[in-house]
Amino acid sequence: MKLRLKIWRQKSQDSDGAFENYELDGVSSGMSFLEMLDFLNERLVSEGREPVAFDHDCREGICGACSLMINGAAHGPQQEVTTCQLHMRAFRDGDEICIEPWRSAAFPVLKDLITDRSALDRVMQAGGFVSVSTGGVPDANTIPVSKNLADLAMDAAACIGCGACVAACKNSSAMLFVSAKVSQLSLLPQGQPERGRRALRMVGQMDKEGFGHCTNTSACEAACPKHISVSHIARLNREYLKASLCGGEEELLSD
Amino acid sequence: MNWVGRLLTSSVGCKVLMAVTGAIMLFFLLGHVAGNLLVFAGADVINAYARGLRDYLPLLWLLRAGLLISFVLHVIAAIRLTRLSRRARPVAYQKQDLSGVSLNSRTMVLSGLVLLAFIIYHLAHLTFRLTHPAFASLDDYDVYSMLQISFQQPLLAFTYIISVALLMMHLSHGITSLFQTLGLNHTQYNGLIRCLGPALGLLLGLGFSSVPLAIMLRLLP
Ligand code: HEM
Ligand code: FES
Repeated sequence: MKLRLKIWRQKSQDSDGAFENYELDGVSSGMSFLEMLDFLNERLVSEGREPVAFDHDCREGICGACSLMINGAAHGPQQEVTTCQLHMRAFRDGDEICIEPWRSAAFPVLKDLITDRSALDRVMQAGGFVSVSTGGVPDANTIPVSKNLADLAMDAAACIGCGACVAACKNSSAMLFVSAKVSQLSLLPQGQPERGRRALRMVGQMDKEGFGHCTNTSACEAACPKHISVSHIARLNREYLKASLCGGEEELLSD
Repeated sequence: MNWVGRLLTSSVGCKVLMAVTGAIMLFFLLGHVAGNLLVFAGADVINAYARGLRDYLPLLWLLRAGLLISFVLHVIAAIRLTRLSRRARPVAYQKQDLSGVSLNSRTMVLSGLVLLAFIIYHLAHLTFRLTHPAFASLDDYDVYSMLQISFQQPLLAFTYIISVALLMMHLSHGITSLFQTLGLNHTQYNGLIRCLGPALGLLLGLGFSSVPLAIMLRLLP
């Protein structure tokens, strides 16, 4: 296939970026989207030009590193796949493909298509953890967990933290990400001691990082490669309200 | 930080404030539309209803104060959150596919601002009676004639109908959204909640617009 690529190029965080156009011939429909970019970069390098910088790691849809806005859709036109799992058969010969980085004040562009998503890490550090006792390894299944809750927590735990929810949301809201993390930990017995503080602190950090608010448009759910449901956002709202309105001393005193 | 301050300044809490104040205004609207529909029962009925309302003046003022507070808080919260969210995306996308996002949910600020303008005009028109000098010669409780004089002007009738259509859009998203914001969801009821917004929005829209429409088309004596 022959493609017309329109790619965001930006030297560094402080410089202004702009779109550049590339014609790329000889793309095979079996290539993954990232392989197509590798192919483009090989050509750029052989011509002595600067290759396009983009984030990637596992290339099997589990690490959450790849992050491209492709023709206006986070991770491209296909549902429930990451950019690395998107294949060129989703496009047709002659297509124009516009490739942009995630756009959010909380995700500054470092170079070309690479953004700094450590804001999500700081939200995790604020409350996305459980306390465990050190010492001997406990036997498996000593704490009973109902199948329903285990399944729900597992659905939430499917979040790979790629930031597509933020990228797709018209408000750059991170509510789907935060709600998946809060749900995953608060649904399970191991997450109970920090339950109230977790919701308060993670939302507090989310606001501090400059993410927007949730207007319940569900664009995040549609863009999520792991199909995290917005029902987790309702759970987060509930957790947050409960902790705010009838929290214990720790909740009231926590910053 | 004081817990009330923390709750109301957080994005989640500020949105809860919008949901609660929106719900208060929604309950008012349900009562308001029921009252309006009395027009179809004839001049005597609606005028007696208007007189009846004013007989409970202290209660009426209590209600009005509650509504005014809700309204002001709702708008302040909307403006604050919208500004924060605009700031959250300083560089826009060249291309953004919003086809999966409903029109109603994308236009909440627009429909809200039109409502703001409409509500101010509506109060000046039928509550404070500043817009039509002809009202001065009417009896204080002659709501029926007031409506007749007003909505026989097609321009005014259309203004009301279009505003009500925007209210319908605002509530179609707002009512369903309110449940999500308050954390009221359960797989057993989610389907119902999803339908409730558009259904209730449509009912209110039809109810409110029926009065100016019927009068404009001279269907009422
Ligand atoms: C009759 C008056 C109004 C009623 C009954 C009403 C009702 C509602 C409801 C129920 C919500 C949903 C809250 C939630 O998502 O949890 C809402 C949201 C909203 N309203 Fe209103 N509203 C009214 C007037 C206004 C006005 C005058 C504005 C003007 C600024 C406005 C702007 C908004 C905005 C921006 C949202 C947020 C939408 C979102 O976050 O998705 N509303 N409204
Ligand atoms: S590279 Fe790991 S998810 Fe795409």
